[in-house]
Amino acid sequence: MPGAIYAEGLKKTFGDVTTLDGMDLSVPSGSVLGLLGPNGSGKTTTVRILTTLLGADSGTAMVAGHDVFKDPQKVRLNIGLSGQYAAVDEILTGRENLQMIAELFGMSTRHARMRADELLEWSGLTDAGNRQSKTYSGGMRRRLDLAAAMVGNPPVMFMDEPTTGLDPHNRLLLWEAVEALVANGTTLLLTTQYLEEADRLADSISVIDHGKVIASGTSNELKRLAGHERVELIVRWPEQFDWTVEFLTRFGTGKPVTDRSAHQITLPIEGGAKRLGKILSELDKHNIEVDDIGLRRPTLDEVFLYLTGEDARQARRNATVYGEGSPADIREAETTLQLKLTHIVQTTNRV
Amino acid sequence: MSASTPPTIDPGVNSGSIQAGTGATPPVATVASYPTTPGRFPREAMVCARRQIIKMFRLPELMAFNLLQPLLFILLFAYVFAGAIGGGAEGRDDYREFMMAGFFAQCILFATVSSSATNIAQDMHKGMMDRFRSLPMTRGAVLTGRTIADFVQNVMMLLMMIVMALIVGWRIHEGFLKALAGFGVILFLAYSFSWVGAAIGTMVRTPEAAAGVVVILFPLTMLSNALVPPSTLPRVLQHVVNWNPYSATVQSARELFGNEAPASDSWPMQNATLASLGWSVLIILVFRTIAVRRYRGVSR
Repeated sequence: MPGAIYAEGLKKTFGDVTTLDGMDLSVPSGSVLGLLGPNGSGKTTTVRILTTLLGADSGTAMVAGHDVFKDPQKVRLNIGLSGQYAAVDEILTGRENLQMIAELFGMSTRHARMRADELLEWSGLTDAGNRQSKTYSGGMRRRLDLAAAMVGNPPVMFMDEPTTGLDPHNRLLLWEAVEALVANGTTLLLTTQYLEEADRLADSISVIDHGKVIASGTSNELKRLAGHERVELIVRWPEQFDWTVEFLTRFGTGKPVTDRSAHQITLPIEGGAKRLGKILSELDKHNIEVDDIGLRRPTLDEVFLYLTGEDARQARRNATVYGEGSPADIREAETTLQLKLTHIVQTTNRV
Repeated sequence: MSASTPPTIDPGVNSGSIQAGTGATPPVATVASYPTTPGRFPREAMVCARRQIIKMFRLPELMAFNLLQPLLFILLFAYVFAGAIGGGAEGRDDYREFMMAGFFAQCILFATVSSSATNIAQDMHKGMMDRFRSLPMTRGAVLTGRTIADFVQNVMMLLMMIVMALIVGWRIHEGFLKALAGFGVILFLAYSFSWVGAAIGTMVRTPEAAAGVVVILFPLTMLSNALVPPSTLPRVLQHVVNWNPYSATVQSARELFGNEAPASDSWPMQNATLASLGWSVLIILVFRTIAVRRYRGVSR
């Protein structure tokens, strides 16, 4: 059973430029997919196709159980779209904007007014409701845009870079609004360039580049892909430092990296929290005092660079060229690539 | 271990998991299902028209310029050019009567094409059209809304021009009802041209470009019977002038106003009202089709 959003093999070219090159997506009902990719990787095009704004050259797409290409009107009944730049009318007030959209959804004037009021309240815009939206701040405009997308109470929402250009406070406000939405059971496809955003909001993440998915999984799975976990600790007493470095080596999968002036030791490990527990109890047993200790994973930023960086692109290109359709060759190339890049990431981390 | 800072252990669970109680529960729509009544299109068109009319009145300076321009033109032509073109003092009054129908139509045509095109291009440019296109609306309601707003603007413009024309000496001679029909013919042609503007608006890339393309109207209004009698033109041009939709409309309005209306014996000039209405219907059919198709298929 395909999810609330399902796409297979979407292709789209504009002139000579291939924007989508076989995009596959599946978002289970009630979950959040973060579409992560650099500029021009096809995020917006994907959203535009799935929201019926744009046709595709080939491929299939289903949203809320309806075929996007054969039955767009049914799809439109079930979706909300919040754009990259807030598509609200600047001359109209916040209330007029929402009421207009509610009426275009087929609500009676009275219902539309009620709907506008409750959405204004929900997005914290009640006081500003009768002001022209051109007087709104960037954050207020985004919240109005989100409210506009929610007018029809759609089971499936699309948000295209919802927090691009927002300050941290407003970003947080919008995140909380999105989280409330998702807690209510809405399926969400979210495109973003902010890894923190994907990390916080998305159940699973698809990294796309050059118009197709190059990696997908939960944030943790992706982080594992980009390198090993490690324990970082700060030793309290300088005189215990050398002994501790020596002592910890046996628990790691590689040599520890040390920063003497900060009393910091970074040790690559396997086995996650369990291993950390073991290390903690051993340190305790030997009366080593630590100021801070923690398990660190590669950040999504590292994953992102790892997957979309020039090295990765080059390696994929080579894999395609030499692969000549043989999956084994491609797999081999990908493995080589991953080893190489894991090395790069780890080296970078140490620096 | 000492009692100081307990070490924090990152449990490795996605910190993005939703915490209960974050934010308010979003309100659920009171109307869940969508009516599929046939009355949808007119209602949606009126909702869109209301938006455009509200905008018109909130940008009064724009409307003021739109209204000021024709008034200035009437004054200029009535007092500066009428004497020269009409041939002396007595011809001047005749020319004022002769020119006014053409003036009404020309000013409204320019205004309606330009405002329709720029407003629609603006909506395209700013992502407003994407919002509408992602809604379960009937085809063409957004564009129809704009043309209705244009119609309202055209009526206001025409009223102002009529007052000014009466002040400078223009009169109707065939009674009020016929004059009303004359205004109707002009407004209907203008309505058809707001669809030309709509089609342009869906095709240009920026609102600025939309404002510029009204120059295509110059040949239409100049190669006509509006300012000079067509008999003064070369033969070939006379045919063009006679079959110009704008000429037919001006001719029809002149006849209905009872102003001087020298007509050639070509069919559209002999049946000016019929020709004008036919042209208007044809223009609506063609350009509405183009505009709606562009609206649906457009990809920014």
